[in-house]
Amino acid sequence: MAVDMELELMLRPPALPMAPYPSKVITLANGKKMVVREVQREDIPTLLKAVHPTIFIHKDFYDIVGSRLYSELVGMYTHRTANEFCLVGQIDGFLVGMVNSRMYSAKTGMSLHTLAIDRGLRVGAHLFAAKMEHHIEYLGQEEVLIVAESPIGFRRWMIEYGLEPTDIPHELGGALSFRLTRQLYFETKSRLVAGDRPVPQELLEVAQREIVIASEADIREKIAGLKGR
Amino acid sequence: MRDVAIIGVGMIPFGRRDEDTLVDMLAYASMKALDDAGVDAVDALYVANMGGGVIQRQTAIASALVDRLSLLPAAADLVENGPASGGSAVKNGVLAVASGYYDVVLVAGGEKMREVTGWRATDFVATLTHPETEYPYGITLPGMAGMFTRLYMEKYGVTREMLVQIAIKNQTMGALNPYAHVEMMITKEGVMDSPHSVVNNPPAATPLHLYDMCPVSDGAAAVILCPLNRVKELTKNLPVVVAGFGQATDTHTLAEREDPTDLKAVTLAAQQAFERAKMKPEEISVAELHDAFTILEIAESEHVGFFKKGEGGKAVLEGKTRLGGQLPINVSGGLKARGHPVGATGVAQIVELTWQLRHELPKERQVKGAKAGFSINFGGFGNNVVAFVLKRGEK
Repeated sequence: MAVDMELELMLRPPALPMAPYPSKVITLANGKKMVVREVQREDIPTLLKAVHPTIFIHKDFYDIVGSRLYSELVGMYTHRTANEFCLVGQIDGFLVGMVNSRMYSAKTGMSLHTLAIDRGLRVGAHLFAAKMEHHIEYLGQEEVLIVAESPIGFRRWMIEYGLEPTDIPHELGGALSFRLTRQLYFETKSRLVAGDRPVPQELLEVAQREIVIASEADIREKIAGLKGR
Repeated sequence: MRDVAIIGVGMIPFGRRDEDTLVDMLAYASMKALDDAGVDAVDALYVANMGGGVIQRQTAIASALVDRLSLLPAAADLVENGPASGGSAVKNGVLAVASGYYDVVLVAGGEKMREVTGWRATDFVATLTHPETEYPYGITLPGMAGMFTRLYMEKYGVTREMLVQIAIKNQTMGALNPYAHVEMMITKEGVMDSPHSVVNNPPAATPLHLYDMCPVSDGAAAVILCPLNRVKELTKNLPVVVAGFGQATDTHTLAEREDPTDLKAVTLAAQQAFERAKMKPEEISVAELHDAFTILEIAESEHVGFFKKGEGGKAVLEGKTRLGGQLPINVSGGLKARGHPVGATGVAQIVELTWQLRHELPKERQVKGAKAGFSINFGGFGNNVVAFVLKRGEK
């Protein structure tokens, strides 16, 4: 279908300039190397394949996280969400988790979602930290507004970072936001933000060559298997 | 007193079992044990559980289980002894059979802890501490373990690497155990050497880190006991003989102990078990120790006499406690990897030792030629401890 660009430009939200996120590599507890990198708009259809099965996992709030993340990624793909970025974690090319977020304004970031597919390795914690790193260090923002949809998220973000409660309703359902300030970020960085740069070329090439997505059955097992790993 | 044999065992995979109730889990494990033994009636049940009344708001668990299993009108008792509930329940079952009062006894232990958040589970376990001098001040079991570790490190030269090697060993074995909660192997690089380990393995109760802690788990395990002289008529299984047991207690509050690094109840319980079995620690082929925290595997291995004080950690580094080593400890993965549903743990240790002594496990988990097993079920912070010595029987 031909796009009416004149109308389309009116439908798209205004965009702020966004610095790229430099890739990094993290050694996980099992010794495996997770490459964390920013994906581009053209990668989104691939990511949606990984998010889709999570919509139907009624455990640990994966269903709401998956549903909202899916729509946010579609919003990014169709230019309907302003200033959104998405970072992924890959081990040997396989997608093990992702985070997305957006610039609400030049000063304030609006943290959206964190989805861990491989569990028990603090993949989600590492990716969330990368998201905060991007907001504060590369996008140069002063604060990030954050909410948690699950108790696991609450423990990881609000408690581990000691986030400040606010009375600002968050975009995600209107829950009151917690705030990561630039000062708090740098106070917690040494114990919560990890990663080496530059990523060795061979690791980066494997990650960039293809985002490998596990089968839907494997994703369900990894997230919601009997053992809850 | 009659000799007592274990003729059937059963366990369900530990982990997070959202779909099962506490009684469901106990029933599944019990049915497996009954099937394994080949019996369909028992004289009595002893059920180990610590938190049903607190977490599930369900009491009289033994009454619920005996009915669920259609084992009426068997006698049924609940045994609550903190994290040593499982060991205590097995001990009560053994005494009941040994005394001649009952012939066939089912002992089941179970706990459902993942129903609540981690910190509520930690708080629930902390209710075993002293209600006036410890609990109101916010002490938790990880907190106690952290303080104990610091003292033990100072006194006996235990290093962080020794603790990390226990975590690696037990998670490696857990990855081979289909009943283990944690099936993920870890590496020294990932949890200690890499600068990223600061995030992967953060301090939890200094000097203990995340991977020094057992997980919070759901699970259940069960055993069937009978007099040794009735084994042939009741089952086709090779019996495992309860050669000895011991139980000892220590002060409720840690502060009242002359030397907080001296786990007197562990030493006494082990001594009793070895004396009754007429055996020595060096005759043990495989041990299941209560490693709720990695430091406890070292401390218990020294207190029961497997190694001299200050030598347990070195033995870990030398590989003496690995499968294939001088004395394999926690081949199941221990509490560290199999998980620690508190009421189930002491029973699960007996189940694992029974499998080992029957030589039934896959090669990668089996202690070759195992003849005698030993367990420590550590209640409170060492204030109520149950030890068992088991021996491989004869057909």
